[in-house]
Amino acid sequence: MKFQQIDEYAARLRPETKASVHSGSKAGHEKRTKVLFDHFIDPDRLRRIAGDIKQHVVENLDTYLPAVEAKLRANGVHVHWAATAEAANEAVYSILQARGARRMVKAKTMVSEETELGRFLEKRGVECVETDLGEFIVQIDGDHPSHIVKPIIHKNRREIATSFERHGLGAYNDDPETITRRARVHLRHKYLEADVGLTGANFVVAESGRIVLVTNEGNSRFCLAATKCHIAMVGIEKILPRDRDLGLLLNLLARSGTGQQLTVYTEFISGPRGPAQPDGPEEMHVVFVDNGRTDVLASECRDILRCIRCGACLNVCPVYRQASGHAYRSVYPGPVGAVLSPLLAGERFPAMADLPKASSLCGACNEVCPVNIPIPDLLLRLREKGKREGSDAAAAGTPAMGGWAVMASQPFAWKAALAGGRIMNVLPTKYVPVAALQAWQSRRTLPTWRGGTFRTWLHDRRKQQSQAGSAAPRN
Amino acid sequence: MSNDREAILGRVRQALAPLPTRAAAPDWERELVLMRHARGAVDAPALFAERLRLVNGTPIASVEELVALFVSSGWRRGYCDPALAARLRPAFPAEIVFETEFDRTRVDDYQFGITAAVGAIAETGTVILNDAATSRRLAALAPWVHVAVVPRRSIHVDLPEAVAALGGDPNIIWCTGPSKTADVEGILIEGVHGPGVQIALLVD
Repeated sequence: MKFQQIDEYAARLRPETKASVHSGSKAGHEKRTKVLFDHFIDPDRLRRIAGDIKQHVVENLDTYLPAVEAKLRANGVHVHWAATAEAANEAVYSILQARGARRMVKAKTMVSEETELGRFLEKRGVECVETDLGEFIVQIDGDHPSHIVKPIIHKNRREIATSFERHGLGAYNDDPETITRRARVHLRHKYLEADVGLTGANFVVAESGRIVLVTNEGNSRFCLAATKCHIAMVGIEKILPRDRDLGLLLNLLARSGTGQQLTVYTEFISGPRGPAQPDGPEEMHVVFVDNGRTDVLASECRDILRCIRCGACLNVCPVYRQASGHAYRSVYPGPVGAVLSPLLAGERFPAMADLPKASSLCGACNEVCPVNIPIPDLLLRLREKGKREGSDAAAAGTPAMGGWAVMASQPFAWKAALAGGRIMNVLPTKYVPVAALQAWQSRRTLPTWRGGTFRTWLHDRRKQQSQAGSAAPRN
Repeated sequence: MSNDREAILGRVRQALAPLPTRAAAPDWERELVLMRHARGAVDAPALFAERLRLVNGTPIASVEELVALFVSSGWRRGYCDPALAARLRPAFPAEIVFETEFDRTRVDDYQFGITAAVGAIAETGTVILNDAATSRRLAALAPWVHVAVVPRRSIHVDLPEAVAALGGDPNIIWCTGPSKTADVEGILIEGVHGPGVQIALLVD
């Protein structure tokens, strides 16, 4: 039997990477649970209502998108639309060209990872610097983030120190504080020299046209304090109906993602800088990106568009903890990625159709999700789609079920198989010609065989009961 | 690009057309997000100070206390909002230099930045800055020490109250403790791109 790609990847993973990912995600999950239940009387109700709000948005995007566009324009923001990754990158590039901009600083945005904006701009001679510490390390390593909120969860301090030394950021030193100070010194001059700051958005509020950004390091704030032009790349599903809904969603986002009550910086941007403010962008652009989202919206799995990218489902997932994020071969790892990545892959769906199988369907991802996405249900729908489309990737790791189907539908074959199965009661495990069974049984002992079969037992019991019933005394 | 707009909106409409019903927007009560400790009467300034300490921030109750901290920490040169400098300068010793202009070419010369906050949130220990109240975005961010001057009466109890008070300023930022990261092996390090010391000076 062929193994799934994710199993093969996990088997090759270096023990220290596995240890970093396992301890990092476990700690994140434990902090989340503690802070939510310590703070709130009924955190599950918060999640369900937040999920209902986002589902409402997803199912009414046809009215919300034009509404938010109108609001942004009224606030003095330029609005752009990009159907594909290439269109999104081109939209950003044309804004830079119009300003004659050669240098860009960039805060962490997952949608720009989807479109590979950094590589696109570098090829065109634009310096594009990642400013989130983790993303900066990913960039100087030519690597990819392996977690939605902790991009370098797969690296340890020694690897980071080596990268810093190679990149000319001082002699080898693996003290996390020294690493952070060196990044501070290096990056603050990058902000001050840059022409444009690019960010994503955690939420865009339809009612007010506010873009909400959350960070801990203050890097997106520095982008918006030092540069004269702000570009926000935003997935079309990021909308919230009203400002007041932020009171609920912000209470859930940081707690779910990092176990914090609130991230250090929560920024609300509704346009270019105020009239009395000398610092910050005089020009603001929002690029709404589709890149496969409307296909997700048309599918049976549209609920995944509720996702607010907190990473809680990664941290709790037993498969993610063993396999790490790169095993998912896409921008979004973990349970959310197992649903979203094959859907966003479009025509490449069959090649990614093994991902929905990388789950034991234990349901923990659904239980921790701040917007209550029924991830296990969506995984099952995608497994069915993979099977229907005859994907080889979807079949990997699945035993052939043809023989089973014949046996289970013919009473004679079924009874013969059951009779054959009784041999298991007397045959020592080492003689059983099935490797998986031997592995399972080698450390376990079967209970002592006490004779009889279930069918015989049931038949006898019914007989006894009917006799007992007729013999009972009558009133 | 306008073609992309029509294409996206067209696909959205097409995707949603088969839905027999659309999910309604649920309403929710503020009660739902009230934290356990915040039930009943709350002394907002006291709660704010307690919560700010929990995120490694520094609440300060008087100008004298602030001066003492500056002297003992050796902070000698920095930026101060001109309007606040008029009020605070007399309390500080002469060797502590207040600049009322922020020169971005000398960004590393400023050990501290003193700017006005527009409010605070008690339950999270958050100071609120905006473009109208805070004289320079950079001065509140780039120096190692940021002092936000917070009027006691401007403290909101919780997030929903602070959200309701957002108002029309084009840029509002909630700062909850010093800038930090845990990207390297999950170890907490403060002072990444923003301040390593976040002070809130409470004033009447």
